[in-house]
Amino acid sequence: MADVTASAPMTGPQKAGTLTTSDGRPLKAALAQAQARAKRRAFLLVAPLLAFVVLTFIIPIGQMLDRSFHHDGFSKNAPAVSAWFASTPSGTEPDEVAFAALAEDFRSMKENKTAGEAGTRVNYTLPETRSLITKTARNADDLAPPYKEAFLAIDDRWDDPAVWQAMRSSSTAYTSDFYLAALDLERAEDGSIQRVPENSRIYVYLFVKTFLISALITFICLLLAFPVAHLLATLPMAKANLLMILVLLPFWTSLLVRTTSWIVLLQGEGVINDLMISLGFIGDDGRLKMIYNQTGTIIVMTHVLLPFMILPLYSVMRVIPPSYARAARSLGATSWTTFRRIYLPQTLPGIGAGALLVFILAVGYFITPALVGGADGQLISNLIDFHMKNSNWSMAAALSAMLLAGVLVLYWLYDRLIGIDNLKLG
Amino acid sequence: MKKILILTTALTGFAVSASAQELTVMSWGGAYGEAQTEAHVKPWAAASGFAAKMVDSDNPATPIKAMVEAGNVTIDVASLEYADAIRLCDEGMLEPIDIASLPAGADGTPAADDFLAGAVTECGVSTDIWSTVFAYDDTKFPGEKPSTVADLFDLEKFPGKRGIRKGAKAVLEVALMADGVPAAEVYDVLSTPEGVDRAFAKLDTIKSEVVWWEAGSQAPQLLADGEVVMTTAYNGRIFNAAIAENKPFVIVWDGQLYENEMYAIPKGAPNKDQALEFIKYATSTEGLRAQAQYISYGPARKSALKEELIYKDGKTVMGPHLPTAPENMGNALETSAEFWVDRNAELNERFNAWLAQ
Repeated sequence: MADVTASAPMTGPQKAGTLTTSDGRPLKAALAQAQARAKRRAFLLVAPLLAFVVLTFIIPIGQMLDRSFHHDGFSKNAPAVSAWFASTPSGTEPDEVAFAALAEDFRSMKENKTAGEAGTRVNYTLPETRSLITKTARNADDLAPPYKEAFLAIDDRWDDPAVWQAMRSSSTAYTSDFYLAALDLERAEDGSIQRVPENSRIYVYLFVKTFLISALITFICLLLAFPVAHLLATLPMAKANLLMILVLLPFWTSLLVRTTSWIVLLQGEGVINDLMISLGFIGDDGRLKMIYNQTGTIIVMTHVLLPFMILPLYSVMRVIPPSYARAARSLGATSWTTFRRIYLPQTLPGIGAGALLVFILAVGYFITPALVGGADGQLISNLIDFHMKNSNWSMAAALSAMLLAGVLVLYWLYDRLIGIDNLKLG
Repeated sequence: MKKILILTTALTGFAVSASAQELTVMSWGGAYGEAQTEAHVKPWAAASGFAAKMVDSDNPATPIKAMVEAGNVTIDVASLEYADAIRLCDEGMLEPIDIASLPAGADGTPAADDFLAGAVTECGVSTDIWSTVFAYDDTKFPGEKPSTVADLFDLEKFPGKRGIRKGAKAVLEVALMADGVPAAEVYDVLSTPEGVDRAFAKLDTIKSEVVWWEAGSQAPQLLADGEVVMTTAYNGRIFNAAIAENKPFVIVWDGQLYENEMYAIPKGAPNKDQALEFIKYATSTEGLRAQAQYISYGPARKSALKEELIYKDGKTVMGPHLPTAPENMGNALETSAEFWVDRNAELNERFNAWLAQ
């Protein structure tokens, strides 16, 4: 296309020299037209897939990102007092005008039954404000001038600056509160940002832990999968197929079945502990704790994710010509040198693909840690699940967005260091 | 290939046509879901001629919000915890239910007087009163048996692992009661930062020996596997394991936490009218008595408690197994829905942080 536009301003004498088709049109234009038609056809062919991806992937992710900083539960249902907040600077003492605006909002909340929704939003910022708001809305008919006294007659917490600060941060539909909370931060009464009390800090710790455990699982998977994939790639076809079935069978088995089987094997009164006791390795009082803790999470997730490492490795190893290694050996290289300088570099695309697959899957896992992780084997996705269960979708969305950002950063790093073109999945 | 295509197309068509007119009830699965299926869903379908089915969820309150917000509600009736029923009702996610529309008791008492206090709210009708108790495996304690809530935290007198529900609700209360706070004062104490610290400090004393469970059916399972020697649990699940499956489990009623379970209708339910009919049927005197024949949760109507309730085996008298039995109410605490609607997020955040430490 660029060629055509570039040739458009060409002048007469040059035009005489251009090639034309048999019906006299310039060849470039005819070619461009044919190409455009082919492109349109290609686009129509992928259009259904594109629509599917947009509908099921792009839009939901966009909505999730939107939800992570958008919550209009309070601002929508309390427009009058939100307007007052917008017109006064942070930290302003609420005056009679503010109380009057709030009373107006409460009357409409009572009428439309929206106090629960509004209260839920403020409660995210300051616990126990939900009941304060629903209770005041129930008594909205008692709100008459002078308003401040009327509010204080319902509940003396209406004098508390923390309540007003919480309403102020809830009074805009767009807020960074959920991201702050996801970083273990909060807004103080004067509007400044501070860390939450030490005994409530959890998210930063869990993010770091999730990434570390996922990296560890990826590493163990690589160690275990490499020899297996090599064996698969070098064995005679009949034996390799048999081994392949052993790899694929667990892969096809339901995740829940596999996780439950691990519970049977690993628990305190489980098969492995009983076996070790009957063999005399440990005493009855020395049963190993292999499940309902971090160890359980690592063991079971490694097993569940192992095929995702074996398969890409296998697909790469299968096409490595054995003659390269033989050539290296015949030129005097030791087995270690041959492996390090000839074989390993050729498997890198498979290692990259397997590692990326396992790592990204591990970062988002939640069923397995929930079932076998106990108290200290939980990952960040378990907290996302927790907030979904408690209907705090904005918090769940903020955590998910941060997880997504973390994965994208790693993906970018991978591209910079190894190059995404070197990825080979099969 | 072509055959497969035709077959799958036919199957999909079949699946679509099968999901047309049918009342869907969502409950908690396990012994409880089974009791509601046997006592309410099946007989109602037979009596009304309208098809009905039961689906399970770890907590039916979770999918409701998603369904209502997406405008694609596929369930008609949900079995909700009291606090969830109030919270969702406040947020406009449930259909209001008028108490006057509920049937009178078997003795003719109007519904408003027949139901126990708090058993009917704006959007929910109680199906039963259930409780969180703790239970132990009798064979693990040949000598002295645990008898008070403090024994759950006494690792010296009763060594062994404990199962406890993962979450702040009904755990912090138990910790405070075990620490000597009288039932009546638990929520006053828990409203203060010092009280919360005190509850966590008590939990600290057994933290290393706790196996945390999430689904109701996990608790009796952990006990049966020998993974724990005692566990907090929903009393009906332990009853079921002990009576129906002959497990040597014993419930300690001291420090129990009881609350109503509610049937509610999500806003926009596809079969709203039938859902209301179903709830009327299920929460009538007979409906409540029928459920109590399958699981030991107490009916919330006075008229349902007048005659003795007998378990489905035909011989076990339910009375003493119900949370509401006078002998079980000695040191009992009603879960405060208002407290948990307000403090759930904050206390669970703290709980999660404490767990991960």
